[in-house]
Amino acid sequence: MIPGFPHAMPVEGFAGGLLIGLAAAVMLLGLGRIAGVSGMAARATGIADTGAPRGLAVAFVVGLPLGALLVSLLAGGVEVRFPPSVWPLVIGGLLVGFGTRLGSGCTSGHGVCGLSRLSRRSMVATGLFMASGFVTVALLRMGGLL
Amino acid sequence: MKQNLTALAAGLLFGAGLAFSGMADPARVQGFLDLFGNWDPTLAFVMGGAMIPMALAWLVQRRMASPLAVSKFSLPGTVQLDRPLAVGAVLFGMGWGIAGLCPGPAIADLGIAPLAVLPFVGAMFAGMALHRVLTR
Repeated sequence: MIPGFPHAMPVEGFAGGLLIGLAAAVMLLGLGRIAGVSGMAARATGIADTGAPRGLAVAFVVGLPLGALLVSLLAGGVEVRFPPSVWPLVIGGLLVGFGTRLGSGCTSGHGVCGLSRLSRRSMVATGLFMASGFVTVALLRMGGLL
Repeated sequence: MKQNLTALAAGLLFGAGLAFSGMADPARVQGFLDLFGNWDPTLAFVMGGAMIPMALAWLVQRRMASPLAVSKFSLPGTVQLDRPLAVGAVLFGMGWGIAGLCPGPAIADLGIAPLAVLPFVGAMFAGMALHRVLTR
């Protein structure tokens, strides 16, 4: 527990982070590719027609919910708290889908894989989407929407 | 076959890591972005944890002629910073803050809270398709 932040999960977060990094390492060293979820999802659905082989993208994308389900079954449930209204999900989803395609990546591709590669593009993208997220949530809070 | 099984294993590990770390929970992710509210630093620990295997993997990758399961590396080679990168990242950050979800956790949540996450996933694919149509 971190003093002042009783709700934080530093140990589980760090351990889960190691698993995520291991997954990305398997993708890099095994298949020679970036484990970028937005790119793989676009490729798996056929929205993108270049990138990883379709079967590979589908297999990776199908693994994500199965891995989460496995942890949920073993741990007796995983806490997931969604916004009370559907609108933040719809508006947020549209922005995330459009933005990750335009910006060539998301938290996994630019964040986990790109930062650890010291890619300049990924450092800029990660700095911008984090800053944008902080400002957006601050504005939501100011506007009484949180 | 070997390729697809390797990708499935990577996906399973990734999804398990997201669920175990608390990152499948939109409220926790939004809590990290909420600097002026009840700030939750968990996401920083997740990022820190993920950097360790990946930093090592990049060091190993430099000494490898080819990946283990396929004949060659297929890695992004773009180096220049451009407007689409910046605008895309800013739009993505806005959506991330509004919903508390990015693509990995959203798809992982299909395994544990499918009905709750479906509106986000549907809208996300619609946004991706819209980008494809506009940039054709």
